[in-house]
Amino acid sequence: MAVRRARAVLSTLAVAVLTLLVITPLLWMVTVSFMPRGESGQFPPPLWPSRWSWENYHELLARRLIDGAWFDYRIVPAIWNSLGVAAVSTLLGLLMTVPAGYAFAKLRFRGRERLLQMLLAALVVPGQVAMLPLFLIFKELGLVNSYAGVILPSLAGIFAVLFVRQATMSIPDEMLDAARLDGASEARIFVSIVLPLLAPVTVTLALFMFLGSWNDFLWPLIVLADQHLFTLPVAVASIAREHSADGELMMAASVVTTLPVLLLFLALQRFYIGGLLGGSVKG
Amino acid sequence: MTIRAHAGARTAWVFVLPVLAAIVLMLILPTLLALALSVTDYSVYALADWSNLRFVGVDNFVQLFSTPLFWRALGNTAVFAILGVPMAIGASLGAALLLNSASVHWKPLWRVLLFAPYVTSVVATAVVWRFLLNTRFGLLNYALSVVGIAPVDWLGNPRLSIPAILLFVTWKVFGYNMVVFTAALSAVPQDLDEAARLDGAGRWTRFRHVTLPAIGPTVLLAAVMSVAGFLQIFTEPYVMTLGGPAQSTTTVLYFMFDQGLKWWNLGQAGAVAFVLFLLILALTFVQARMGRRYEWL
Repeated sequence: MAVRRARAVLSTLAVAVLTLLVITPLLWMVTVSFMPRGESGQFPPPLWPSRWSWENYHELLARRLIDGAWFDYRIVPAIWNSLGVAAVSTLLGLLMTVPAGYAFAKLRFRGRERLLQMLLAALVVPGQVAMLPLFLIFKELGLVNSYAGVILPSLAGIFAVLFVRQATMSIPDEMLDAARLDGASEARIFVSIVLPLLAPVTVTLALFMFLGSWNDFLWPLIVLADQHLFTLPVAVASIAREHSADGELMMAASVVTTLPVLLLFLALQRFYIGGLLGGSVKG
Repeated sequence: MTIRAHAGARTAWVFVLPVLAAIVLMLILPTLLALALSVTDYSVYALADWSNLRFVGVDNFVQLFSTPLFWRALGNTAVFAILGVPMAIGASLGAALLLNSASVHWKPLWRVLLFAPYVTSVVATAVVWRFLLNTRFGLLNYALSVVGIAPVDWLGNPRLSIPAILLFVTWKVFGYNMVVFTAALSAVPQDLDEAARLDGAGRWTRFRHVTLPAIGPTVLLAAVMSVAGFLQIFTEPYVMTLGGPAQSTTTVLYFMFDQGLKWWNLGQAGAVAFVLFLLILALTFVQARMGRRYEWL
């Protein structure tokens, strides 16, 4: 009994130490962001602020007058840009992929199987290969430097369609046929029977899409040239390339970028990790 | 009944057409155009006026293959994959085995915290890690100094820049496969493990002959899929090293980005995209073949 107890304590301790090591960079990011200017630039590196200060956040987020001109790092607009882009692309993404996933699982139409095979084949295509021609097309269409330009490519959600299809397969056909016999229209069946059953899957998918869009970097970097339209990662990367020495300021920028999604993930982690396991099992 | 079936088909098309259109217009068509781009001399001149565009056949590829930096980028990307896959998969497997041990308490808590780096923005955490790897004030060199190791110039030394970035990448991504492996581990037959233990098999022997055969296919699939991830590495060098020092972290995608959007040699960049596409396609074939062998598909 004592041996088993000791083993439990030891193995739990080992996991706890590993976890602490893994989240140290995130904790350190937060403590450094509250240090007074320049405090992190010494050896040994301090782990805790000598006094907690908001000055880095103030400098990062507030507009101020320098030599008669307004200046700011455009982080606040970038937060709104990121939020807007992520919200719209999630909403449109769900609207387009959830019905499609259901149709591929439960509705009969000509060419369904062949289309499905083509979707599976298209999973191979890496998005990065399409980016340069897409940039040129968008340039012709006047979509470069617009939110639409950022959002549109994210709507090609092959993975999302297959994910919803997989989840929809478990809905019994009898349930849908019973509703059809009762005279319900196909749209009605989808809205009042299928959607409620797919609610947890939809939450998972929405979380995947929102986090994916919030963290997306390469495409927004390519398509956005105007600083006022930058999303958070693009704005942070551009500050990071200029202010690499400003440790505390950069940590504050990283906190602003990571904290919202970390909190969202912690709140909905059950859906996230559950979805991951559901998606990884081959059907 | 036929009327109903017809109505069902119409609803189905209404449901699938928008996303199919998006996939064709945003992914398939541009990919085909990338291939078309690679046989033209598309550059700033063509950007200004389409009439300057010329068909050049395989010239872009000939030129590409005689560009030392392209080979350098290809080599760097290979190093990223060859070192990175064992590092990332090893870390995921180690963490999963540790977490899977029956005597560990509060598993869901550890799992969520260990997974947390995966959901963060690469740009923001790359900024944090650049600071963590700082030669003079970085936490890592401080930890090494405690055990008596002299400061290491992680991101400034061309021989260490890739391993240093890989430390970051491993930290960032290991949680994903850790969760996948934990699921696979929970399917390992417990009675078999118990029987082996009673027969006097040690920890390693049991891992080698009971656990590994059960989770082997999952680990292999994860490894192949992470090769594809490493082939597309871009953001980490872009934020942490700008492709340097001495071009030691310039990857294929980084090279494509510079060629296409910094120098506007879009024809040349299209050729790079084509090469990248072929590499990933080849990898998928390997994956499918192995999948057939291990009955994933």
